[in-house]
Amino acid sequence: MNMKKFKRRLHRIIPSGKQVVIGIPFLWLFMFFMLPFFIVLKISFAEADVAIPPYTEIYTYIEQKLEVVLNLANYSLLAGDELYIAAYLGSLKMAFFSTALCLLIGYPMAYAIASARKEMQTVLVLLIMMPTWTAILIRVYAWMGILSNNGLLNGFLMSMGLINEPLQILNTNIAVYIGVVYSYLPFMILPLYANLVKHDQSLLEAASDLGSSTFNSFWKITVPLSKNGIIAGCMLVFIPVVGEFVIPELLGGPETLMIGKVLWQEFFNNRDWPVASALAVVMLAILIVPIILFNRSQAKEMEGKV
Amino acid sequence: MKRFSFSSFMLVVGLLFIYLPMLILVIYSFNESKLVTVWGGWSIKWYVGLLDNTQLMGSVARSLEIACYTAVAAVALGTLAAFVLTRISQFKGRTLFGGLVTAPLVMPEVITGLSLLLLFVAMAQMIGWPQERGIVTIWIAHTTFCAAYVAVVVSARLRELDLSIEEAAMDLGARPWKVFFLITIPMIAPSLAAGGMMSFALSLDDLVLASFVSGPGSTTLPMEVFSAVRLGVKPEINAVASLILLAVSLVTFLVWYFSRRAEERRKKAIQQAIEEAAADGWKQPDVRRAPAPV
Repeated sequence: MNMKKFKRRLHRIIPSGKQVVIGIPFLWLFMFFMLPFFIVLKISFAEADVAIPPYTEIYTYIEQKLEVVLNLANYSLLAGDELYIAAYLGSLKMAFFSTALCLLIGYPMAYAIASARKEMQTVLVLLIMMPTWTAILIRVYAWMGILSNNGLLNGFLMSMGLINEPLQILNTNIAVYIGVVYSYLPFMILPLYANLVKHDQSLLEAASDLGSSTFNSFWKITVPLSKNGIIAGCMLVFIPVVGEFVIPELLGGPETLMIGKVLWQEFFNNRDWPVASALAVVMLAILIVPIILFNRSQAKEMEGKV
Repeated sequence: MKRFSFSSFMLVVGLLFIYLPMLILVIYSFNESKLVTVWGGWSIKWYVGLLDNTQLMGSVARSLEIACYTAVAAVALGTLAAFVLTRISQFKGRTLFGGLVTAPLVMPEVITGLSLLLLFVAMAQMIGWPQERGIVTIWIAHTTFCAAYVAVVVSARLRELDLSIEEAAMDLGARPWKVFFLITIPMIAPSLAAGGMMSFALSLDDLVLASFVSGPGSTTLPMEVFSAVRLGVKPEINAVASLILLAVSLVTFLVWYFSRRAEERRKKAIQQAIEEAAADGWKQPDVRRAPAPV
């Protein structure tokens, strides 16, 4: 075999540069992000077992017979038990209202940053961004000290004479709302700002020249133009909050039923991996539409189409 | 205008809302009194006490180690992903690829953590690896979700880049990998640094993923803090939390400082190039906007 032929053959086996560049991140993400979901799906059909790992295999191969046993008991347990349904509803409610609150608080903030001076904008964005790099754990912990019965807030209100006995805020849903809005507000502001800062100011000037009121042009020009930013921001808050564990665990009380917490308890406290998997599968099924919405808006953003 | 003052007011209130609790936390970490709600004068005894806590110090070292590995791997992986998304417009499975890159940004951590753990368990059964879960499995988990953040940051920068510079290098005969390392990488360096530091901070902070995929004997700092916090507010935890806040603010400041300096240098270089071109009598108003040779 001469050298040329050998080289050509080698080229056919060795992937081209382009394939390698695409292949490395693709394989990694497939292996460690996508494939695991199928394993979760598989184990959600297994039975809990006292073994290592603590579940039964769903297929057996004995005497040339392949048997696949899909155990639906985990799902019927979820559908039949009010606790789980209440937890899903609780999570969705919490996520919906905290997303709305974040949007109401975050939109004016993003607007103010986008209309600040250029040098000021960098500093402000940095100030908003910094907390997102800090552990949610620590930011939530800071609120524990403030909201507790003998904490700063109650102490302040009592010293002002506004209340006579401490308000029970910690370990209630109110505390969870405060914690969620506090932790996720930056994730609402950043995409909104990224969108608002690209707006063409001449549109607003033209509208005001034509006699439109400030509010009218804001509502009819700025808000529709920032649609992609609003979608991205809302999804960045809504989706993770549905599965949130740390905040309800630390700030919530017995009345706080959220699915992330339930999943954690099933997994770590009850060691029931199949039920935990089924909970994750159902959660993913609920979230798949918002996730696709987010991915679409993100893909548009990444390709530079606005 | 009325709306302007309203939004500025909201901005100030919002920033106070974000920073006041952290400020209170830091102040109370210097509290002399053991009762966290009573002020007993200034003291640094909680910080000194931390040094004697060997278990905590071990977890700090472990967390830092994982964060370093994560930053390096996430930058490499995220940059590749961003490059594919911005530069290769058509290939099989592009939509799926885009989804895989951005989905980790929003995926609830309990789902990612559980699914990764189940993957590792299944892998251990099938191929015998990983025998025990620890630093490597946490590193894989962190790299996967940090790479998504890096991809977003880097792709924003890649989109802004002037393609004509890369095209010019290719026209002059540079191979694609040479263009990438000598032209593209230096131009996106500030966002690589930002992505790296972001990954470092995110990895250092993560509790949920680490709890799922770590094994016995490999507790990270957030896991240590979490088990203490569950029992209530304690002055030692105030001190740890303040130190983490300090570290993160420092990293953030460095990112800001370096990216600003790089930006200034770039502007100066462009300005200089324009002036030199003008001095040579070579009329070209703006080098950056020069049309690409056809």
